[in-house]
Amino acid sequence: MKKQVLALAVMALAAGGAFAQANDTLAKIKSSGAVTMGVRDSSGALAYTIGDGKYVGFHTEMSERILADIQKQLGLPKLDIKRQLVTSQNRVPLVQNGTVDLECGSTTNNATRQKDVAFAVTTYVEEVRIAVKASSGINSIKDLNGKSVATTTGTTSVQTLRKNERAQGIDFKEVMGKDHADSFLLLESGRADAFVMDGQILAGNIAKSKAPADFKIVGEPLSVEPIACMMRKDDPAFKKAVDDSIKNQIKDGSLAKMYDKWFMQPIPPTNTKVGLPLSEATKAAWANPNDKPMEDYAKK
Amino acid sequence: MGKWDWQVFLQDPGGKIPTYWQWLVSAWGWTVSVSLCSLVVALVLGSLVGVIRTLPDSPWLVRFGNAWVELFRNIPLLVQIFLWYHVVPKMFPVMAGLPPFILVVFALGFFTSARIAEQLRSGIQALPKGQRYAGMAVGFTTFQYYRYVILPMAYRIIIPPLTSESMNIFKNSSVAFAVSIPEMIQFAMQAGEETSRVTEMYMAVTVLYVISAMIINRIMAWVEKRVRVPGFVVAGGTGGH
Repeated sequence: MKKQVLALAVMALAAGGAFAQANDTLAKIKSSGAVTMGVRDSSGALAYTIGDGKYVGFHTEMSERILADIQKQLGLPKLDIKRQLVTSQNRVPLVQNGTVDLECGSTTNNATRQKDVAFAVTTYVEEVRIAVKASSGINSIKDLNGKSVATTTGTTSVQTLRKNERAQGIDFKEVMGKDHADSFLLLESGRADAFVMDGQILAGNIAKSKAPADFKIVGEPLSVEPIACMMRKDDPAFKKAVDDSIKNQIKDGSLAKMYDKWFMQPIPPTNTKVGLPLSEATKAAWANPNDKPMEDYAKK
Repeated sequence: MGKWDWQVFLQDPGGKIPTYWQWLVSAWGWTVSVSLCSLVVALVLGSLVGVIRTLPDSPWLVRFGNAWVELFRNIPLLVQIFLWYHVVPKMFPVMAGLPPFILVVFALGFFTSARIAEQLRSGIQALPKGQRYAGMAVGFTTFQYYRYVILPMAYRIIIPPLTSESMNIFKNSSVAFAVSIPEMIQFAMQAGEETSRVTEMYMAVTVLYVISAMIINRIMAWVEKRVRVPGFVVAGGTGGH
């Protein structure tokens, strides 16, 4: 497996015309004067696109600042930031094989993924919730019995949902959308009665929809998941640079300001508010920056 | 080649299905069901459209057949799947009640029917004109000379491309993942993500695709052998009459 990944990384690097070792991202950035950041197109206010190849959002802006700090640290006069769109299914392989250097979107830090990639300190703690049509009468996971429930292929929510299904002894039909926009369309068009996903992705999709008042988010959080930037494993220098930049952004209050900008103020393209105040869990993660996986949160 | 971990298939995904290999078998079941149902739709519609494209003295039916083939042949399969799944139920509310499985079978079946229609037309037109006239001369109706003279020969001619088409339908069924059918590609994506054993998942799925396609291939080869008419287009021969 390692050998294949390395071979792929070498191929990707050769194709990109960059000359650096796969495991020293800082050296690669320094020698090539370029860095590739992974962006998402529909991960709610964390990372999304406003069209025209422009990618914005809380984590997208944060990763731009991280890269600016790295540019300063390396003393590069100019840094070419390339943006590579990734999906839930291809983000881990693309980081592993060197196509993407830093991915800040909506990736959950969990123990399984930590075998393949490294995570920066947690910058957002996500709660998996249930979005339904306001008129549906569904108020908790128990009401989902016999209904069809949408979620997105390649996300941790699918597994969370199944575990809840078994634990609570309820029976529902899973409908898997190929991305978040697709899953929301399933809910919007009535093919699914509920959409189970990260709370902010639900809030973001609802805010962007044609009639936000038609939808609501209900029920207890099904699981708590730390969301963090993802990078290649075994590259301590790069991880330290990213972590330091994030810690600085927490310390000088710019991260909190950015949170307010993306989650509490009207955001493009429709100038609607997501309206999701900073949660206690996220505050705690900022107070004690750490890269603990999801499994450690469940133990509490 | 590094470390494989095939025991991953014995792990528990945490839902109604107790292990990943059982989930894979269920996904294979979906792939096979989608493919076989689509194949039936494709063969029936394809034969119908293929025949009407060669009918004499029915210009409007021929035009309809041509339009059918061009419509379903010129739109990418994935786009057709989305059209059937998202657009058609909006335009015809009756269709909204149909399960996604049926819609995908229609999409894949109609797409392939255009290709089979084209093959059948070429098969029919490959026959010498005299066969049609001979049928007419002995007093057969149009239905009768198609049924007893033209089609038995035409189908024998097109068995090789029909074999490819049947195998294609298995492979094309992989696009069904895009509209929430829990078939093998969706399994590979989701299970690969959950276990971070993407390579093993795709290897297993690949093997099952190859097996499915080979079984179809063998069945068609057997059919080809069984229906061979001595002296006519011989399998493995050089053709000719």
